[in-house]
Amino acid sequence: MNPALLGLVTILAGVGGCLLYFWGSNQFLDKVIFPATGPQAGRNINRANMVRPWLFLFPAIFALGLYLAYPVFETLRLSFTDRDQGGAFVGLANYNQMVAEPKFWEALRNNLLWLIVVPAASTAFGLLAAQLTDRIKWGSIAKSLIFMPMAISFVGAGVIFKLIYEARPADQSQIGVLNAVWLNFDGGIGSFLFLQAVPALMLLAFGAIVAYVGWIFIRPIAESRQNGGGAGFVPLRLFVGGAALYLVYLSLTSLVGVFTFDYPYGEPQTWLTIPFWNSFLLMVVLIWIQTGFAMVILSAALRGIPEETVEAAIVDGANPFQIFFKIKVPQIMGTIVVVWTTITITVLKVFDIVFAMTNGQWETQVLANYMFDKLFRANDWGVGSAAAIVIMIMVSPILVWNVYNARKEMK
Amino acid sequence: MDNIAGSKSSLGWVVNICVVLLVALWVFPTFGLLVSSFRTADQIVGSGWWASMFPSEQTERYRASDPDENRIQRGDMFVVEGNFFEENNASGDIQSWGTSSRAVDAYQAGDVADLGDGETFSIDAEGNYVWSGNDEQISGRGQRAFVTAVSPPEFTTENYVNIMTSGNDTDNMAKAFFNTLTVTIPATIIPIVVAAFAAYALAWMDFPGRAILIACVVGLLVVPLQLALIPLLKLHVGVGIGKGYLGVWLAHTGFGLPLAIYLLRNYMVGLPRDIIENAKVDGATDFQIFTKIILPLSFPALASFAIFQFLWTWNDLLVAKVFLIDSTGQTTVMTDQIVNLLGTRGGNWEILATAAFVSIAVPLAVFFAMQKYLVRGLLAGSVK
Repeated sequence: MNPALLGLVTILAGVGGCLLYFWGSNQFLDKVIFPATGPQAGRNINRANMVRPWLFLFPAIFALGLYLAYPVFETLRLSFTDRDQGGAFVGLANYNQMVAEPKFWEALRNNLLWLIVVPAASTAFGLLAAQLTDRIKWGSIAKSLIFMPMAISFVGAGVIFKLIYEARPADQSQIGVLNAVWLNFDGGIGSFLFLQAVPALMLLAFGAIVAYVGWIFIRPIAESRQNGGGAGFVPLRLFVGGAALYLVYLSLTSLVGVFTFDYPYGEPQTWLTIPFWNSFLLMVVLIWIQTGFAMVILSAALRGIPEETVEAAIVDGANPFQIFFKIKVPQIMGTIVVVWTTITITVLKVFDIVFAMTNGQWETQVLANYMFDKLFRANDWGVGSAAAIVIMIMVSPILVWNVYNARKEMK
Repeated sequence: MDNIAGSKSSLGWVVNICVVLLVALWVFPTFGLLVSSFRTADQIVGSGWWASMFPSEQTERYRASDPDENRIQRGDMFVVEGNFFEENNASGDIQSWGTSSRAVDAYQAGDVADLGDGETFSIDAEGNYVWSGNDEQISGRGQRAFVTAVSPPEFTTENYVNIMTSGNDTDNMAKAFFNTLTVTIPATIIPIVVAAFAAYALAWMDFPGRAILIACVVGLLVVPLQLALIPLLKLHVGVGIGKGYLGVWLAHTGFGLPLAIYLLRNYMVGLPRDIIENAKVDGATDFQIFTKIILPLSFPALASFAIFQFLWTWNDLLVAKVFLIDSTGQTTVMTDQIVNLLGTRGGNWEILATAAFVSIAVPLAVFFAMQKYLVRGLLAGSVK
């Protein structure tokens, strides 16, 4: 059958079938099983009303169970079996095999990098865009243009950015913007400013922010020592503090690297094949897409801030930066966290960008693409399922947190 | 803060410049692809797309037509006349020219060059040239000329025609376009119907276990669909659906349901209780309340979800690759087609850019037309 015709039939059958089911089952309930007439009319109505919610819910519960809940458990089971041995139980063999593969660690390392960079950058840019566009006349047009990449597929965005990263031999004219800009650097004062001074400042700023966040987490412990009181979540605080220390160390060593690195001026670069940095070039694609999302939500939150708090701050003589960081940001912290976690989930599932742009070559592998590789190229369902479970484990803290919050809100 | 008396920000112009820069940075990549899709293959490899926005200056070497065949006698002189642009299929506006490679801009358009012994050569701005001299001078090969011409920006829709009508299976986007449409429409409509009923039950009907069900939906919102791939593929093959449209519709329906239920429930809970209670008092059944009152009132939420699901299914690659595209390649969707093109046609940017833009155009149109609902859905959908 022609697919378009099949589609039409499916729409009619699907929608018609659903409506028929809902209507028919309600009729059946009211007229046949528990008719609202005769000696037991009252009891029957009550009974019918007890059953009815489940009639309304049944198709959804069935589909959710079959398409989302059941696969979680089935994947967990598959991760303990081996397809070649006819699905025999092999314990943790798949996990052992996966952990022994360098590609897996590469994917995990890259995923962690993505997890740090993409949500942070998207939220920061989103906040910046929200704050700036709220204050100008043509703000709504600016917003919709920054929001636009949301509608573009990851694959389409991949093509867009591949054109930007395109490299051609040195004797031909460059058609990729990045190389065209790159060839303008020649090691002079401009190159020093843009390629050494600016990155150094950014690294310093990053280090300072991380150190500050780490200190916020550690401070209660130090204070509780002095006061004799207790600080909650000590292991978490120590963990964050340690991670912050490590990141500060990393940014300081990179700072040295920025000044000692020998830039290959005048040579067009195939950007996507430069290990480590190419991951960041892929992240740019996702940041470009997600910033609009962050901006829309944060801008709504910024508008929800009571005017009085801002006015009071102005009366007290606060400057615009103080108003932003000390009055506004603390009040929308909850929304920032929501945006951050939502983008985190997107990052964990990121597949299309890597698949379309590098397919995991040149050390850009991520977990979702690693899993796809295992499932459909190596046909190894055991290891593929194990990788899927790793993704699930990384998502689950957010899952628990979301459910906890949703329940709190309903009460 | 502009609305607060006495605090007119002095940073106004800084803010405006910052926003202009930010917007430019965000639009620039897409714009580059759009411009590239309207350029020919030669133009794309010849210069960066940003150069195509301005008139381009090019120096070409032309040769006057063969004097032995084309010369005309005028008095005791022989003359060859012609037009470089017509003879060489070029166009432009000539600025300067020269007869030697060492001085290509020796003359302005309209100047007459004295080549010695009465031999002259002249070119005007439109490319018309006049070469005159005596019998001996106007013979042999045509006179060389180096012409620097400015051509206006030039764009073509040829790429789009090519890609939609190409006989080559790997290049043709028309089929993939219709396949994507075939996937998208049922996969958008069916989950709405299923979710709307469930959302009504979760919002307005009282039954034990309701809170747990809502919590489950919130939890399922973030379950990565990667987990569902193998078990569901096995299931589809097991029950005989195999790889095909039915499978991909069902999969998209399943994956879209948590968001649909969540969005619709949040919206329906906010509807005024009085309307529903009045209807109940008047003897309406739940089914009637739902179809006659709730569904029409929930239109904004339905539209929000429909846009989300549409964008998501249109842009999806993973689900289509797993549940739809078989080895015959007859059911390929646009995203998959583009990934294939990236592999086989990595350097042919005129094809890649056009193919990508064909797939981007529809979601962009939907985005700009229905942005209001999209924003509303986003605000309702992010767990507060």
